[in-house]
Amino acid sequence: MSAPAAAALAYEDSGVTNAKLGVWLFLASEVMLFATLFTSYIVLRVGSASWPRGWEALNVPLAMINTFVLITSSVTMVLAYAKAVEKDLAGFRRFMAMTIGLGLLFLVFKSFEYGAHFAHNEWPSTSIFNAVYFTLTGLHCAHIIGGLVVNGGLLWMAGEGFEHPLFIGRVEGAGLYWHFVDVVWIFLFPAIYLL
Amino acid sequence: MSHPPPNIKLYLAIFATLMLLTGLTVLVSYWHLPPAAAIFVGVAIASIKAGLVVAFFMHLKGEHKLIYYFLGILAFTMIGFLLIPTDFRLLRVLLMHSGAP
Repeated sequence: MSAPAAAALAYEDSGVTNAKLGVWLFLASEVMLFATLFTSYIVLRVGSASWPRGWEALNVPLAMINTFVLITSSVTMVLAYAKAVEKDLAGFRRFMAMTIGLGLLFLVFKSFEYGAHFAHNEWPSTSIFNAVYFTLTGLHCAHIIGGLVVNGGLLWMAGEGFEHPLFIGRVEGAGLYWHFVDVVWIFLFPAIYLL
Repeated sequence: MSHPPPNIKLYLAIFATLMLLTGLTVLVSYWHLPPAAAIFVGVAIASIKAGLVVAFFMHLKGEHKLIYYFLGILAFTMIGFLLIPTDFRLLRVLLMHSGAP
């Protein structure tokens, strides 16, 4: 049986494609990962004698701009998916390129932020606050990089692969991951910068 | 495989809402509320934003029941882990020997 036909059959069996269920399961495991780190942050902060308020130690305006950037990239991602469903190749390319560009912009601003910390001799080892800050935001950046690789791959595939019956499902899966990364930041930003 | 037609107007409305809520959460942070209040407001606004992204961008609203079941298992697992008691005798012995306060 051909792969697309097999994938369609799986859909009729359970109502959900293997790919979609697989991505949701993966996201569930990633939720556990970030939940553990958030919990560690809470335990460390509550147990510490002193802890700086976010705005005292971090660049809130730059992080706010980054929040706008990432939310916009989520919108362009869902619009890229919409264009894929509508079979609009040019539209898909446009919005996927925007998504990747915004993701790269997020990383650029992050590198400014990290660079400023390093220039002030603030490293992960400097304090527990810094350790928590760099670990959480660093892991989040690693997830952004992974997402950019996947999105870049889909953009590159879109030439011939756009007509493949599984392509929309792939874009949907990549979208689910990208929105998850956005949701992590939606919690990370207030938790680290605004409290 | 059916992919329902996307609702662009809805996506853009959610986009505007998310931007507004982001501005709101930063505005509130400038009031330098005491930690308890700041946490409550911050988590509340973040939950609304995350809820919008998960429900509409990730299409969880109207998703197949099977996905809901798996996410239910996730919620159960997380709560289960949080309810594991942490004052084990062995842990206390180890901490005593490590020199932790």
